[in-house]
Amino acid sequence: MNWGGWSQFWAMGGYGFYVWGSYGVMALAIALEIWLLARRARRSAEAAKS
Amino acid sequence: MSTAVKWFWFASPQTFYPLAGKIAWASAIGAAALAAAGLYVGFFVAPTDAQQGEAYRIIFIHVGAAWMSMFLYVVMAFWAAIGLAFNTRLSAMMASAIAPTGAMFTFVALWTGALWGRPTWGAYWVWDARLTSELILLFLYLGFMALQAAIDDRRRADRAGALLAIVGVVNVPIIYYSVQWWNTLHQGASVSLTKAPSMASTMLTGMLLMALAFWLYSIAASLVRVRCIIRERE
Repeated sequence: MNWGGWSQFWAMGGYGFYVWGSYGVMALAIALEIWLLARRARRSAEAAKS
Repeated sequence: MSTAVKWFWFASPQTFYPLAGKIAWASAIGAAALAAAGLYVGFFVAPTDAQQGEAYRIIFIHVGAAWMSMFLYVVMAFWAAIGLAFNTRLSAMMASAIAPTGAMFTFVALWTGALWGRPTWGAYWVWDARLTSELILLFLYLGFMALQAAIDDRRRADRAGALLAIVGVVNVPIIYYSVQWWNTLHQGASVSLTKAPSMASTMLTGMLLMALAFWLYSIAASLVRVRCIIRERE
């Protein structure tokens, strides 16, 4: 698939809102889970030490 | 040591803990590599769909997330049942560790489905059998997590959660077969073991790469979480 430049890539043939809305929210959901996991790992490691 | 003995050895949280850490790291690296490959194929190799234009590119995350949402529920219910039947600590911990990741993928499947439904069906949401049963799956995950969080005694929380998880597993075949049992707006399975896939091979490749990435991500996230649970409880 050859996109004619970045602006066309982001436009997604007029479906940019739906495509990037899907990928963006998924990226946010995964980032949130990783952040929560990292926080929980840090807290449980500190609690286990003390 | 024999295989059976080995399995019992790893069934102890203390011996499983370091192994889980190693598997989690390997899975996380694998997930990142497969996701990069899947996104490349999905956006730069797979052609534009003749009917849906570029909107179809949501498929690369939607299908994998929906598969994981159902698969993780079955795995969670399996560990919950083993924990209930044999009173093994690690099994109950595994069930608790899987639930948030399963809920996350269920939410992503619903969200991406809504954003795909609007341009193709004209509606973000319809009370169709497939969509409704997937929404119930999200409530089952959230109910399992809320129930476990609401009970202070760990063993009672594990048992109550396990019962909910086992009863709720009946919803998984309902989701899977909903597109055959009822007239749904949602399309039938795109991929099956018995017939050729109904899409271009590069589209299928991108979808399978993303599904594998989600699979490895789920392993990594669940194992990191089970290590937290072991540290918190033991």
